[in-house]
Amino acid sequence: MGAGPHLTARMGAGPQYNSASGGWPPFDSTYGAGPHCNTCYISAMTALPATFQNWFHSKGWSIHPHQQDMLDRADAPSLLLIAPTGGGKTLSGFLPTLIDLADGTHEGMHTLYISPLKALAADIKRNLTTPVEEMGLPITIDERTGDTPATRRKRQRADPPNIFLTTPESLALLVSYEDAPRMFKGLKRVVIDEIHALAESKRGDQMMLALARLQTICPDLKRVGLSATVEDPAAIAHLMARHPDPCEILLADPGPAPDIQMLRTEEAPPWSGGGAAYAIPAVLEEVRRHNTTLIFHNTRAQAEIFFHNLWLANDDSLPIGIHHGSLDREQRARVEAAMVRGDLRAIVCTGSLDLGIDWGDVDLVIQIGAPKNVKRLVQRIGRANHRYNAPSKALLVPANRFEVVECVAALEAVLEGTLDGDPRGQGPRDVLCQHILITACAGPFDEDVLYREFKTAGAYTSLTRAQFDACLDFCATGGYALRAYDRWQRLIQRPDGHWQLRDPRAAQRIRMNIGTIQDTDTLKVRMRRNRGGKPLGEIEEGFAATLTPGDTFLIGGQIVKYEGLRDMTVEVSRDSAKKPKVATFMGTKFATSTQLSDRVQQMFTQDSWPELPPHTAEWLRLQREVSQLPLPGRLLIESFPHDGRAQTAIYGFAGRNGMQTLGLLLTKRMEELGLNPLGFLATDYATLIWGLDQIDDPAPLFDRAAIEKGLETWLGGNAVMKRTFRASATIAGLIERNSPQARKSGRQATFSSDILYDTLYKYDPEHLMLDVTREEAMRGLVDFGRIEEMLDRVEDRIDHRVLSRVSPLAAPLMLEMGRVPVKGAAEEKLLADEAARLMETSGLAQITPAPSHKPKWRVGY
Amino acid sequence: MNGCEFSLQGARLSALGSGALWWPEEALLCVSDLHLGKSERMVRRGGAALPPYETRDTLERLEAVINACQPATVVCLGDSFDDLGAALALGQEDRLWINRLQAGRRWVWIEGNHDPGPVDLGGSHLAALHIGPLAFTHIAQATAVGEVSGHYHPKAALHARGRTISRPAFLIDTARVIMPAFGTYTGGLRSETDVLNRLMQPAAQAIMTGKTPVALPMPR
Repeated sequence: MGAGPHLTARMGAGPQYNSASGGWPPFDSTYGAGPHCNTCYISAMTALPATFQNWFHSKGWSIHPHQQDMLDRADAPSLLLIAPTGGGKTLSGFLPTLIDLADGTHEGMHTLYISPLKALAADIKRNLTTPVEEMGLPITIDERTGDTPATRRKRQRADPPNIFLTTPESLALLVSYEDAPRMFKGLKRVVIDEIHALAESKRGDQMMLALARLQTICPDLKRVGLSATVEDPAAIAHLMARHPDPCEILLADPGPAPDIQMLRTEEAPPWSGGGAAYAIPAVLEEVRRHNTTLIFHNTRAQAEIFFHNLWLANDDSLPIGIHHGSLDREQRARVEAAMVRGDLRAIVCTGSLDLGIDWGDVDLVIQIGAPKNVKRLVQRIGRANHRYNAPSKALLVPANRFEVVECVAALEAVLEGTLDGDPRGQGPRDVLCQHILITACAGPFDEDVLYREFKTAGAYTSLTRAQFDACLDFCATGGYALRAYDRWQRLIQRPDGHWQLRDPRAAQRIRMNIGTIQDTDTLKVRMRRNRGGKPLGEIEEGFAATLTPGDTFLIGGQIVKYEGLRDMTVEVSRDSAKKPKVATFMGTKFATSTQLSDRVQQMFTQDSWPELPPHTAEWLRLQREVSQLPLPGRLLIESFPHDGRAQTAIYGFAGRNGMQTLGLLLTKRMEELGLNPLGFLATDYATLIWGLDQIDDPAPLFDRAAIEKGLETWLGGNAVMKRTFRASATIAGLIERNSPQARKSGRQATFSSDILYDTLYKYDPEHLMLDVTREEAMRGLVDFGRIEEMLDRVEDRIDHRVLSRVSPLAAPLMLEMGRVPVKGAAEEKLLADEAARLMETSGLAQITPAPSHKPKWRVGY
Repeated sequence: MNGCEFSLQGARLSALGSGALWWPEEALLCVSDLHLGKSERMVRRGGAALPPYETRDTLERLEAVINACQPATVVCLGDSFDDLGAALALGQEDRLWINRLQAGRRWVWIEGNHDPGPVDLGGSHLAALHIGPLAFTHIAQATAVGEVSGHYHPKAALHARGRTISRPAFLIDTARVIMPAFGTYTGGLRSETDVLNRLMQPAAQAIMTGKTPVALPMPR
């Protein structure tokens, strides 16, 4: 492997991407079908000014119908364009701005552009600059993200550019400044790019609250949303509208259907796991046959392993890079630049590359592992091809036998054009609390005005006054049943009734903690200082804690050796070990969607499976013979002995999080019933429980009332709730991620958020933050909704099969990682055993319990 | 009593699972770093308004240990209050509660870096307390022998079959014991940290708190 897969050192002579067009998505004169407008009123065509027409002509382009449409509707209060990737979406958003600014009379900011990714903002700036310079337009453009240097930020506030490019977090920060009204004065349009990527997240909720604020400052502000293909455009329109004003939707031609296939290999995929190492030769072959291939993984850890294996097999030294969110910014930037130049033949990546950055000549997308939901699959495929009229090409690589079934089901869903998605309820209140604090930073506010402002944001149109008041009370006093802090309220009411910060210095702390993206506690990793100290990326603190000096692990595609911890930085050196550990990163463990799960179960009803490869069809046939397949509307449960334990597999198809919760609830219920469960594990489709006693009748376990009661008591003390609480409490401003006194090496001053959760749960169970946590967990990590959906679906139709040995469908479960022991007495015993062993091994056991009884031990003192 | 016994300079001591130290011979109970009023101090200084229940929770646990041991002397080993302002700001109910706990026994507030001055609550206020072979003080001195101190909030972590269990811990060797923090809103400093490594002898042990206190070689 030589010097390791360092991009710069390994750059081969890849095909050159012709960037003569300045990186603009291509325009196409043959583009046929017109756009569909669902609120069909036709306004007069707005003609393209001569300068623009000439410029288009000089490029040999003509305007897309939906671009013309956007131009015609430039006066709509809100406008949402749904267009496939590569459809010239971004220019559609900017064309009215460029035309409006062409005469040079506008002063200050005209258009605010918001993108979910910093990289996208930088990309757009580059792409906008080309036509502006070529047409000689008097337009200033600048970007601001977390990476922008302080001096430039200052300049932007003093002298705002005409077109301002930013991210939701930077926008939230900007509206927290007292001078926001001055900075945004004259703002006419806001363009939200890739809004689908923000639509179902707290980032999107925060962005829309910030826009509500801007709209108060600039009442004539027009909103434009640009979205990739989505299942429910109306939901996005609802989110981005300024209520009660409507939001029009423009649907561009979706383009030709994508060409998606499943990779079929001679070798059968393994029974379990997510690495897909078996497919490496076939994947390399595909990379060779295409110009540029994107290889998507569902998790960062999988991306690392795959990249590592790919390099070991890369005999031709094809230039291949890796890109994921835990890598050092500089390293990512290098990969991005190489990609744009067309220097790379493939990039192994995760969701950090999911969005519409113009990466050049990508002609193949490979998805490793089942695409947990179809919507994401389609968006990834959309990345494949920026030639608007050519079909996108994609290859699915199932990582294990079950995923073969899931991939085929996903393919059918794509071909039928049915995208999945579950409706989202009211926007979360932790974001609301943060926005109240942000508002207070900008200056005194009137609560009635603020409440009305919040109600104009789509996610909060149904917000009740009582809910709002509770959030405001939380921000002002902490909202505790015990009113202990009345002297020290964070927000106080002035004589005129307006609210303001008690201590203006608090604004700095609040601003430092703006944002809704939850980082787990990570530590930076760098090469040991005397070897240059190059930053490599980050690993989770929990993973770092398991390392002892000499351990090796993978990061950024290279194997490094753990040397030690210095100033909260993990120091490593290069190592040539063959079998490294894999650094864990914040889990991107998506659950399989309801719709995909249904499709898989539907497939199980078929008599035979000609669409599946023989190895997989045979597996299902065998399962039918030995036991049975799970059927829609019924719940299959298999009980069998294995490994000297009584095993029970429950095929609930409720998604990973739901099945995990089911495992916790069922084992708890089994303990009550004296069935001695020892542990369980969960996958997207099944929960496997093992214990001392066999289950003869599973029906009592699924007693709905008992499960719901179990949930209530369980919620009190479990780790999932604590994690969810930590996230929500951080967003709401109860826990500060960053404080003006940066943390030093010692950490005894900080204490775990778990303590706060336990304390609140014990003394103030009705507190707002606990309510928010419960709501979050129910639709997130606990995913109890999916369990309820499962209980509704099966009612009492349980198929219980008692087998003499493990069934074909259950066999892969035996190999799954992530076993959860049933806690309680077990942990105390584990601790005692391990401590006793250590005392024995170290020789300390002989000197316990009374070291000082033997004076000879007082050496050196 | 649910404790892990050891001796220090001839004094037989018991490290309790609650994080308190019990000296039966003297009927002396010692707790360290209560940090009462922490949430009040944080919000006063412009931080977040944490749930204001840590004083109540700490006193509840302290009361439980006192009821179980019935000590003649209680030593609070410093940083009993998050600062002197926090001591002044204690509610009437909490003051009466502390008075009740103090009734009929000797009560010593050792001064800590957070609470260097006397407080207007019962009990005596000392920089250090010497009884027999032991010296009770807030911050460990490298050269001291027979010293019981707090300040660092030590915690120890143990990896057992893929799981990491981390808990507040006593650190003990032949010269000293460093006590874990007893207060509800307190974090911990890992035993691997340099300063703790330097203070403790090579053969030092950690006693992890919890349902059953467990002794192990001090993780370094």
